[in-house]
Amino acid sequence: MRKVVKSLFAVVMSMSLITGCSSGTSSSTNNAGQGANSSGKTELSFYYPVAVGGPLTKIVDGMAEEFNKENPDIKVKPVYTGSYQDTTTKVQAAVQGKTPPDVAVMLSTELHTMMDMDAILPLDDFIAKDGGSEYVNDFFPGFLANSQVDGKTYSIPFQRSTIVLYYNKDAFKEVGLDPEKPPTSWDELVQYSAKLKKDGRYGVEIPSSSFTYWMFQALALQNGKNLMSEDGKKVFLDTPENVEALQFWVDLSKKHQVMPEGVNEWATVPSDFLEGKTAMMFHTTGNLTNVKKSGKFDFGVAFLPAKKNYGSPTGGGNFYMFKGTDAKKQEAAWKFIRFMTEPKRAAQWSVDTGYVATRKSAYEEETMKQYVKDFPAASVARDQLEYGHAEMSTHNNGKVTKLLNDTLQSVITGQSEPAEALKKAQEEADKMLAPFNK
Amino acid sequence: MGELRAKWKVNMYAWLLLLPSLIFLLLFTFYPVIQTFILSFHQADLGSPEPFFNGIDNYKQMVEDEVFWKVLTNNIWFAIGTVPTSVALALAMAMFANKALRGKSFIRTAYFYPTVVPMIAVANIWLFIYTPEYGALSHVMEWFGKGDMNWLGDQNNVMWAMIFMVIWKEAGYFMIFYLAGLQNISQELYESASMEGASSWTVFRRITFPLLMPTTMFVSIIAFTNSFKLVDHLVIMTKGGPDNASNLLLYYIYETAFSFWDQGMASALTIVMVVLLLLVAAFQFFGMDKKIHYN
Repeated sequence: MRKVVKSLFAVVMSMSLITGCSSGTSSSTNNAGQGANSSGKTELSFYYPVAVGGPLTKIVDGMAEEFNKENPDIKVKPVYTGSYQDTTTKVQAAVQGKTPPDVAVMLSTELHTMMDMDAILPLDDFIAKDGGSEYVNDFFPGFLANSQVDGKTYSIPFQRSTIVLYYNKDAFKEVGLDPEKPPTSWDELVQYSAKLKKDGRYGVEIPSSSFTYWMFQALALQNGKNLMSEDGKKVFLDTPENVEALQFWVDLSKKHQVMPEGVNEWATVPSDFLEGKTAMMFHTTGNLTNVKKSGKFDFGVAFLPAKKNYGSPTGGGNFYMFKGTDAKKQEAAWKFIRFMTEPKRAAQWSVDTGYVATRKSAYEEETMKQYVKDFPAASVARDQLEYGHAEMSTHNNGKVTKLLNDTLQSVITGQSEPAEALKKAQEEADKMLAPFNK
Repeated sequence: MGELRAKWKVNMYAWLLLLPSLIFLLLFTFYPVIQTFILSFHQADLGSPEPFFNGIDNYKQMVEDEVFWKVLTNNIWFAIGTVPTSVALALAMAMFANKALRGKSFIRTAYFYPTVVPMIAVANIWLFIYTPEYGALSHVMEWFGKGDMNWLGDQNNVMWAMIFMVIWKEAGYFMIFYLAGLQNISQELYESASMEGASSWTVFRRITFPLLMPTTMFVSIIAFTNSFKLVDHLVIMTKGGPDNASNLLLYYIYETAFSFWDQGMASALTIVMVVLLLLVAAFQFFGMDKKIHYN
């Protein structure tokens, strides 16, 4: 009998442990709800992803530390949350669990999804109280395009990128091309690539494993129009211009044979470029610092070649704030966003990472002026922003994006024809978007 | 009366000892399974802020979903491609490692090390083996005068590439079970077989293989469930692409749940997968078990 009592005791203990855990979490959420701990400090949780090479977590932690020093009544706790995809998943789970982070960096394209979940706060009131539109208008319009719906601003650009053309100047010299004159049109791209191609080296590579839609969007923009409506409720995939753009992509490898056939891996395209296995590549400016550090040859950065006009989508992450946190925390979160996007900080961030500085005034900063002077390639992405457009972002974004990626890959691997595949994708996408068009 | 009480006491004691595990099992296994089952009859996606009951709509949609069928077919081919080969290879390797006189531990280590390397590291290594132009495999192909192959970027090759990698990864792991099985077979049987002058093939067919059947069954169940559990490599190496050519059921569930945020559909897919795995496991247990010879 004593044994039984003992074991009962053990069970009761373990039960109380379990309940103890749960009551522990609930009390901590209560704390979060009050927005301040016993010492009167407002604590902010800040989720952020890392998507490019380099010691980014250190840089972000350093910036948060600096903010904490400047604002003794606020304590920001940065939480590194993995890739963009992981971060979104964690935020969505937290929102569903009614414990959203106070501020987070997520892909700018998550805007419609976040609105459908009724998870994010419009920032207009904060902006109005804090200098008004002057602040917002300092951001490049190409970056803001993914932040605004119906005249309201929902997110603030932070780690932003765009696609540029990287080219190997040594290879250009080798085949008698002027290294200061990168291709400016699709025709030139084909001609130059054909010249640059030799055994063991391709002319150009466009990655197609992930972000396939992003690369396609660049080609589509160069040939006329964007792939989706501004409100994210419609897509325009099967226009003649887009069919032509996709045909051009396929032709680069099938007809002109200047690009490897099949799907080119996102992560290995920069390695190919650095190894001299391709003379040119389409890739994000997020890789600029990486290429600059590891390239053993002279390289140039240029606008993406044009068909009808220059064009590139922007990409990358923005700051979001969430519903369901109290006013004091929201004020603090806004203060933090303002701090992180100050011109001098945006400039330093750009120098450290290769991302494009998001504000015009950042380029007036001394650090930025010096950087651009020493490394003119850094200004190419900014100059191209004149032709920058919103990245593809729709309601039901995950599904629509995957559909387009799959379709593009099936064409690139020769399983289907551009016109037919895009038509089918359009029909499917219309179905996916139907619930949002009621 | 006293006997009954004593029995009750013993049982009670056992149940109490089990209680903590039972609580966790209920909380983290049965409760989620039931929740998933219920959710699979609801529309719970981005278009519907409040989940609502929609009967078997999710299942109907699934039947019409081309990607689902593609993923399921892929998964079946993947299982056919990996399970028998990796099990057979594991057996052969175990026999060899068991017999080898010299360098025994080296051989065992060499066979077993793929299992020790973390999944993500494995995926990264193989990503570069399969890279066209300068990947290891491309170099080998060049020696044979074959052209360059984009293993992961081609719809016809990508599945073979994944199957090959998984066999490499799994065989060493299953070998450990076979090694243990081989050690358990009594030496007397082999001695008497050699006295009778039986050929080594006969010995294998009549003694080793039948006595290893329990191990084989165990290993093939593990291998089969593993073939449905593969996700990590897909995330790193192909993202299920190109055009779903290497997409498998669990990765599709992950995408549906966390990229599309369509929880109803993800639950329905999960139920299908669980039922499928249960059916196969049941067949293996109750069907094959009768034919198995235990020591």
